Amino acid sequence: MFGYAGRILRVNLSTGKTAIEPLKEEMAKKYIGGIGLGIRLLIDNSKPGIDPLSPENPLILTTGPFSGTVAPTGGNGHAFVAKSPLTNGVGEAKSHGFFGSELKRAGYDAVIFEGKAEKPVYVWIDDDSVQLMDAKHFMGKSPQETEDMIREELGDYYIRVASIGLAGEKLSRIACIINDKTRAAGRCGLGAVMGSKNLKAIAVRGTKNVDVAKPEEFLEFVRVLHERMKGPATVKYRTLGTPQNVLVHNSLGALPTRNFTNAIFEGAEKVSGEYLNERFVEKIVGCSSCAMRCEHITIVPEGPYKGTMARVEYEPLWALGPHCGVDRMDAIIKAIDLCNYYGIDAISAGVIVGFAMDCYEHGILTNDDTGGLDLKFGNADEMVKVVEMIGKREGLGDILAEGVKRAAEIIGKGAEKYANHIKGLEMTGYDIRGLKTAALGYAVSFRGADHNRHGAYALDISGKTNRFKFEKGRSKLVIEVEDLYTIIDSLIVCKFSRGVYYKGFDDLAQYYTLVTGIGVTAEELRRAGERISNLARLYNIREGFTRKDDHLPIKVMSTPIPDETVAKGQYVSQEELDFMLDDYYEHRGWTREGVPKLEKIKELGLEDLAYVVEGKI
Amino acid sequence: MSRIHARKFVSDDPDKCVGCSVCEYICSFEKEKTFNPLKSRIRVVRLDTTINMSVACRLCEDAPCVAACPRDALRQSEETGVIIVDEDKCNGCGWCIEACDYGAIMLHPDKKVVFICDTCDGKPKCVEWCPEEALSFITKDVLAQKSRISAVKKLFYEALKT
Repeated sequence: MFGYAGRILRVNLSTGKTAIEPLKEEMAKKYIGGIGLGIRLLIDNSKPGIDPLSPENPLILTTGPFSGTVAPTGGNGHAFVAKSPLTNGVGEAKSHGFFGSELKRAGYDAVIFEGKAEKPVYVWIDDDSVQLMDAKHFMGKSPQETEDMIREELGDYYIRVASIGLAGEKLSRIACIINDKTRAAGRCGLGAVMGSKNLKAIAVRGTKNVDVAKPEEFLEFVRVLHERMKGPATVKYRTLGTPQNVLVHNSLGALPTRNFTNAIFEGAEKVSGEYLNERFVEKIVGCSSCAMRCEHITIVPEGPYKGTMARVEYEPLWALGPHCGVDRMDAIIKAIDLCNYYGIDAISAGVIVGFAMDCYEHGILTNDDTGGLDLKFGNADEMVKVVEMIGKREGLGDILAEGVKRAAEIIGKGAEKYANHIKGLEMTGYDIRGLKTAALGYAVSFRGADHNRHGAYALDISGKTNRFKFEKGRSKLVIEVEDLYTIIDSLIVCKFSRGVYYKGFDDLAQYYTLVTGIGVTAEELRRAGERISNLARLYNIREGFTRKDDHLPIKVMSTPIPDETVAKGQYVSQEELDFMLDDYYEHRGWTREGVPKLEKIKELGLEDLAYVVEGKI
Repeated sequence: MSRIHARKFVSDDPDKCVGCSVCEYICSFEKEKTFNPLKSRIRVVRLDTTINMSVACRLCEDAPCVAACPRDALRQSEETGVIIVDEDKCNGCGWCIEACDYGAIMLHPDKKVVFICDTCDGKPKCVEWCPEEALSFITKDVLAQKSRISAVKKLFYEALKT
């Protein structure tokens, strides 16, 4: 096979045994790679109903067919997949940088980590040699420190490392897995799964060739993509970066502020992309094989957090900034840096701090609970302290590290009302009360609250849809973009590059065929996207999910936007949500309960999973 | 005979370089028809994320690598300054690697002989492909000219704005 390495590595951490299995072409074509291949391996390698933090939950690491080639943004991706300790459903998170291409060069399309090591270990993958190494001396170290120490210890400075920080070791349910210092497989708490296996880090060195099926034509195609990447489709990422969203969302009344109390933020200017780039951005760097580069590296020039360096994107900036009512960029950068240091998802962390502030404002949390911290909205230094407490699991941080849903349950006293999550995963920075197409995308997303599973917000924000009213048939648009995003995450090309595939599935199918030599049409690739979306749904159903799990946060469904903005008065009623779900399920070929019908399952070649829906249709 | 003033080599501007390693992939493909940065004649270094720079052979005058080779496997082209490796003579001992101050000589992972940038016969592919236009094929004199111009520009930044 071309593009693919053709091999899956199995590492049993309990026994220390490793094995290699072939990746069959049929499997590759059906599930592509990345999250598609990962979810398939998850469903095949786990029993229903397992505890996500038990040794029975496999942690699956995948690359994509393009990883290790010069395919711009596609050459460097990897994904982690496991049962999520936040949602108990599909947990998946992608990351870019340099780690994925190294793993492909070592000769693997996927690695399945099973069981649990007796003592803390790291796995050292040196081409064909795979060893479990003692990680005792790395415990408590940050991912960045761990990366440097492993390189020093193994004596090779081009080793690539993905590791967890203290939060993952302490099984924080919002723990992430960080590679190349600043890149995170952030969402769904997969760092806790890694921690539960006593697996501190994965170190990789790969020296093998990665060959593509049609090299000359492939390079021609890459050249075209390079040109497009210099054009309008990626200009946002190359200039202001995703923080450009701050003022855009603010003007639309779609910038969730103070834990979704408001949808506009009076301090927006001070946390805008414009402000950030003028005062904080030091350099914009890129991942391996990228031709657009987006990574805005910032340094705090003055004040209490002087010298702090972090990569800033809109979502963490939003979560730790406007969402907490915080308008101090230096504190936001410090908090992002702490999230990287302890290895926690900065989106979830910010949403949880905002939740704690909301509880504090409503008297649900008191000074006794916060250890004397005055947790009012807008208190920037307190926000930073809480992030640190979550990272270390100290004081209130110990409860908050369980994720917003569980934290609210533990705190009680009606705290649930302020917990903004879907399926247990914390919300992201779109006020979906006035973005109704996006609201549906969020409700049905298989990994929980997320804008990146569907990108339906773009339809609302660009004005292609009436964002205040959902009409029958609109689900088709959501499904289309959902399946496209699923393919993007399975090929693992960067979402920031999505605009350069001018012909959508046609371009991606051509790309795939040039790399792998496996001929696929646009329709077949779209079909693969649909298959993977259904596969993820089937996994969730197997784990007990029903229609009621396709919900929205209580605030979104009960509190109209109060601000003087175009979106004033907007919220999503239960009736509206039901209308959306009925429409969506129908277009998906699912029952009214959201279960894929047998004919749909067969049509997609998922017959072997028919047992999942038995008795449910 | 071209002396050092006229020799063009691949130079990277660290202000522009983003560390993407497209140059490594393109070099490995051009020279070895595969995608493998370990087979690239140009290598990227990233320090602390913000500092990125690619390194390739600088075509030194009286190249120390040539002098260091105990087997006379290296010679320098009088015409271009490029270091030419006689793969039959080279046994991969690594003296030249040690002699090079820039880390621009590598041991080939398969062939076990050293390999060095040959500037693609004066048309370096990495320069052509660099998405950031950070790489240039340039003489030291022109590099100095460029540095001078940007230094003076910085000095008179305010004046230039008005």
